[in-house]
Amino acid sequence: MAPLTVAGLRKRYGAIEVLAGVSFEIARGKCFGLLGPNGAGKTTTLRCVLGLTPPAAGEIRLCGEPVPARAREARIRVGVVPQVDNLDPDFSVAENLLVYGRYFGLPERVIRSRIPPLLEFAGLAGRAATGIRELSGGMKRRLALARALINEPELLVLDEPTTGLDPQARHLIWDRLMALPKRGVTVLLTTHFMEEAERLCHDIAILDHGRVIARGPARELIAAHIEPQVVEVYGEGAREWAQAHASGLSARVETAGETVFCYLSDATTLLAHLEGQAGLRYLHRPADLEDVFLKLTGRELRE
Amino acid sequence: MTMPRPPGPSLRFVAVWRRNLLVWRKLAIPSMLGNLADPVIYMLGLGYGLGALLPEIAGISYIAFLAAGTLCYSTMNSATFEALYSGFSRMQVQRTWEAMLNAPLELDDVLLGELVWAASKSVLSGLAILLVAWALGLTASPLALWSVPLIFLVGLTFGAIGLIVTAIAPGYDFFMYYFTLFITPMVLLSGVFFPAEQLPGAIQTLGQALPLAHAVALARPLLLGHVPESVPYHLAVLAGYLVVAFPVAVALARRRLLK
Repeated sequence: MAPLTVAGLRKRYGAIEVLAGVSFEIARGKCFGLLGPNGAGKTTTLRCVLGLTPPAAGEIRLCGEPVPARAREARIRVGVVPQVDNLDPDFSVAENLLVYGRYFGLPERVIRSRIPPLLEFAGLAGRAATGIRELSGGMKRRLALARALINEPELLVLDEPTTGLDPQARHLIWDRLMALPKRGVTVLLTTHFMEEAERLCHDIAILDHGRVIARGPARELIAAHIEPQVVEVYGEGAREWAQAHASGLSARVETAGETVFCYLSDATTLLAHLEGQAGLRYLHRPADLEDVFLKLTGRELRE
Repeated sequence: MTMPRPPGPSLRFVAVWRRNLLVWRKLAIPSMLGNLADPVIYMLGLGYGLGALLPEIAGISYIAFLAAGTLCYSTMNSATFEALYSGFSRMQVQRTWEAMLNAPLELDDVLLGELVWAASKSVLSGLAILLVAWALGLTASPLALWSVPLIFLVGLTFGAIGLIVTAIAPGYDFFMYYFTLFITPMVLLSGVFFPAEQLPGAIQTLGQALPLAHAVALARPLLLGHVPESVPYHLAVLAGYLVVAFPVAVALARRRLLK
């Protein structure tokens, strides 16, 4: 059975319908990414899934249990890495794990035996006695990850696991997360880093205005929704150039500020043309998930 | 929407209580000073300083009168501070409750853990006053030992009322209203520092409606070695506040955190 099935989830805060019928299912041992701009309903979906807020309509089955009716029983088999750090600042690294393990009703002996391998996994070996206030942001995130694994969960839920981390710290978290599906842990993460989703997720759902607007592996989403090549053109006169020439040379053109995005299947003709344009700079690259995301959710700011 | 449920806590609240105990053990010395030394100093200062100017009250010295008042006052304060300031830190600032709710704990468990913890801490404060009173010869009767379960009940009652305030507080500043508008007037109406009979009748009646007066009405005779009058009545008022306040606190916390 799938570790998580969500069907027809609806939730409203005042006049705003935050979830307008969200449905998805996660296959066991896979990493599933929930993507969307701010306010798309990602965090609300997670809160519903964990039984922390009741949906107005819809069905949730988490680790075989109906939620919210048996959310507590379901959460016994789920680990959560929250978006905002909530480690216990008065405790050491090891005490954080010990106390958290007690919340699951685990015997003391079991928790203590799990702490050293978890610290090893999280790159925190030798830090057991360190206080939380002495940890860097990346170490705190890794400890939050270790803490979420103390109950050996079937499903690990991460809400924007690398927001605010530097590239080194982010790569280390990615590396750890990639190891989890191989151990049979199913992963559900939200992110608005497309690179993160492309690297980690076997399956992706793009959420906007409370609906799943696209679903599939990154490569399939790119193939289905967008031309395979992109040429970005910038520099003085890029907009004028675009008005005169771009649509004739590309399948689809988008302009954002001073940058022109030309989407197309074969860039040969366009690139030859651009070679002759003084003052224009350009970048030729394969289309990626970010292009799909921006096409589907628009380029306007969401605040 | 699901219908509101009555509180359905489980034994898992013990894990919440143990978490708070572990933090307390790390910070025990400053915490003891604040919770224990302060009321003792007040009791001694007022009791001997002010007491020297006063005639006996109802046949006992002022400090002997004050001991039971301080016991209840200190117990109340300890539970209140824990439920308000420490509770708010864990709910809002450190997001400790959020971490607990991601584990298989319900908000009801978390609040019950906080309530029992606040009462446990208040037992320490109350016991310290009791020990000091005993060491000074202000109480000698074995009846005084009955004040220990009373202290726990008083801690639960004020812990539960305090959790209501925490559940609706926008920030720490809000707690000043609670102290200024509720705690301080109640202390003056409840026979802590002077007999409530000194007050006009209508104000006495108001004091009788509040929980602290009933704690004092039980503690004072116990410390002096008498069996209190109307024990079931006073216990019922304290327990009544508790069984109303705790579900209200749970409902308000749910509205705040689980929306």
